[in-house]
Amino acid sequence: MNGPAPRTASSATPTDQATGTTAEPATGEAARATAADVERLKSLHRSRPFGVWFADKGWRHLVGIAVTIFAVFPLLYVLSAALNSTGTLVGSNALFSKIDFGNFTALFNIPSRPFARWFLNTLVVGGITSAATVFLGAMAAYAFSRMRFTGRRVGLLSLLLLQMFPQLLAVVAIFLLLSGISEVIPALGLGSQLGLIMVYLGGALGVNTYLMYGFFNTVPQSLDEAAKIDGASHTQIFFGIIMRLVTPILAVVGLLTYIAISGEFVIASVVLTDPDSQTLAVGLYSFVAQQRSENWGVFAAGAVISALPVMALFLYLQRYIVSGLTAGSVKG
Amino acid sequence: MPDTELREGTDPSAAPPAPGAGSRTGKRTGRPAGSARRRTSPDGTKGIIAKIVLLGLVDALAVFVLTMLFLSHSWTVLVVSAVVVLAINWIYLRKGGLPAKYLAPGVLFLLVFQVFVVVFSGYIAFTNYGDGHNSTKDDAISAIQLTAQKRVPDSPAYKTSVLAKGDSFYLLFTDPAGKVSLGSTDKPLEDAAGAVKDSTGKAKSLDGYQTLNFQEIVANQQKILALTVPVSADPADGTLRTADGSNAYQFKPSLKYDAGADTFTDTDSGAVYRDNGKGAFAAADGQTLSTGWKIDVGFENFSRAFTDPSLRGPLVGVILWTFTFAIASVALTFALGLFLAIAFNREDLKGKKVYRILMILPYAFPAFLTGLVWSGILNPEFGWLNQTLLGGAHIGWLTDPVLAKISVLVVNLWLGYPYMFLVCTGALQSLPSELDEAARMDGASAWRVFRSIKLPLLLVSIAPLLISSFAFNFNNFNVIFMLTGGGPRFADTTRDIGATDILITLVYKVAFGQGTGRDYGLASALAIIIFIIVATVSAISFKQTKALEDVNS
Repeated sequence: MNGPAPRTASSATPTDQATGTTAEPATGEAARATAADVERLKSLHRSRPFGVWFADKGWRHLVGIAVTIFAVFPLLYVLSAALNSTGTLVGSNALFSKIDFGNFTALFNIPSRPFARWFLNTLVVGGITSAATVFLGAMAAYAFSRMRFTGRRVGLLSLLLLQMFPQLLAVVAIFLLLSGISEVIPALGLGSQLGLIMVYLGGALGVNTYLMYGFFNTVPQSLDEAAKIDGASHTQIFFGIIMRLVTPILAVVGLLTYIAISGEFVIASVVLTDPDSQTLAVGLYSFVAQQRSENWGVFAAGAVISALPVMALFLYLQRYIVSGLTAGSVKG
Repeated sequence: MPDTELREGTDPSAAPPAPGAGSRTGKRTGRPAGSARRRTSPDGTKGIIAKIVLLGLVDALAVFVLTMLFLSHSWTVLVVSAVVVLAINWIYLRKGGLPAKYLAPGVLFLLVFQVFVVVFSGYIAFTNYGDGHNSTKDDAISAIQLTAQKRVPDSPAYKTSVLAKGDSFYLLFTDPAGKVSLGSTDKPLEDAAGAVKDSTGKAKSLDGYQTLNFQEIVANQQKILALTVPVSADPADGTLRTADGSNAYQFKPSLKYDAGADTFTDTDSGAVYRDNGKGAFAAADGQTLSTGWKIDVGFENFSRAFTDPSLRGPLVGVILWTFTFAIASVALTFALGLFLAIAFNREDLKGKKVYRILMILPYAFPAFLTGLVWSGILNPEFGWLNQTLLGGAHIGWLTDPVLAKISVLVVNLWLGYPYMFLVCTGALQSLPSELDEAARMDGASAWRVFRSIKLPLLLVSIAPLLISSFAFNFNNFNVIFMLTGGGPRFADTTRDIGATDILITLVYKVAFGQGTGRDYGLASALAIIIFIIVATVSAISFKQTKALEDVNS
């Protein structure tokens, strides 16, 4: 990779042109170079003066290191605070001065703040919501992508517009609606996770459908045509063919929904009032809302446990998410 | 994502496929149910069974809901729900209409929890709904009679036992004449002759109820003190209350309601409170009773937002800061993200993958935790930045109005730049490299190539995303609320409004804030203002990007 390749790829710095003049004739030779020539070129490369190297690549490393410190420091800080059982905000300032798991044991032993329940609640609410969102979104995307009907264009455009207005804007109305529902069916009203999930499903279409719609369009129509000729019903085509071919986008939408829901605070804090039914976002906030500095260590331990699964999943599926984001970005 | 795909997506109207494909799909949707029915394969019967079971479950649930609605006399909701249930059955039982079958579930949730709630917000914005104004006038009248109570002078003590049944508590009274009766807050006094009395003549237990002992009474003190047992169904008759769980006294309303004149009269001072037309009873000197009722107030919430002196100044500040915050957040994250994307768009950079992973870590970190963690780092008294890095300095990173705003922007930059970095990298890599080469051949400098060729092309695909990002940051509740809680508070108002509050945190505080009363009407009015702003900005900017697209294509 040291040789000619990067010349074409990108050359964003002005000094690049200066070095380019010396390297250019070499590029021509390299095309029919012998092994010895390549060696010679490489040594030439290595012996470039520091200034030239810096102008070409060195500054990129400096930027990289600076940004990495900015990016990683808060994460290291919270990890260090979690592992330091001194517990207070001041005590957490000496990073990694003390390592033990006192905060973690303390975290699971506070009766008024049932962390394990919160974790489970988040899994349940986030899991059900994202599964249902994927399913509802996929059904809608299938209809938009494969069928032509009156109101199709209007429907797609309305979805695009609706997603500009997040649900949290209507949090007051949602609260009053649910308190109205509690008077008739308490199981679906205020304080109920099922009610909260229903509210979240109101946002199931919108941007997700748009994202999926684009992906569904990349699956060739001829596939379902063929299946149709073989006598497959529309449900068989949907579940048997389309859903299998679009798995990557389903995973992306599912994960993004899970991340969004597990971090949703506004609606969850209004709907879930009982500590036993709360999610991590609401619960952990209550941890530090009043006495930020005293509970710091235990809060940090909770933060680490809450963040780890999401981060691991995110990094593991990073490639898919990025492709989904890029697609989403262009879809708008 | 392939190139063609990206192109198509930028304009939803460009989606219709080639004419051939269109006619084929047309034919297909024409006879879907029929053709499926004709070839009833094993899968077909399975499908039908699944459909019947699912629809049956939905209908069973619907019947339950409708019954509950019937029992609670909610007629309007009952009718609407019944129509919805019929529509669902019609959609799934009729032949054809395939798109509706796939769209109905999602659209139903969308209509109720996204569209309806917005309309409902619009309605609430025109009422005085909130603490003290959350029900009808009749409810308010009985509530006033129940709450404004005083002990009847020289009234006898009722001997009292505390009973429990399930989760609720009841009081068992023995009056001075020895008559026993039972009641609770929502259950007026009724005769309980079957009660067992102890040696002092005090009734102490009743079949079906459990008697609480002293420890249990102490453990549930709050709930027991809150019990106010109406003497009869008429609130004017007063209530019985206990302060210690063993003796109760009779309380009577200190305000007497005159149904004919629609006024309350204070039994001590003789002051008369009349309906003031604003959903409350007010005395001649302007003093109002704390419990009122919900009325429509027209544009009062909106005009109040811009005329009330405790609200006007701060609100203007909040609106300006909301715009500043959203625009600066988009600009900063985009600038850093683009810069990083350019810096690391080199195949031959050592450690590129490691940098990339480490740099996008903030994006994977849950957003609500970000604000909380940074609030620890930036804490002026005990935080790491002041204590360790700056050696004990006292800089008000979160308490000084200007510094707090900067802190909020930096934290939001931390959260947001990885996203822009990822997206810009994707967009940069999708640019054809010939462009670059051709421009270089013509003698353009690197900066010129970037400025005149790459950036405009990049903006075509990224501009819609910048608009979405603006709309998102305009309502970026979590960062603000978790980091500063909107603080530091403005000095010139008694309300809980601060220098870093954006509109959405203000809505939340007005509606659900602690300490101050809840004002749903005002909060909804503010939410409606946000709606209008976001809609206008999006409409204008989407038009602009359309233009951008036309220019470049």
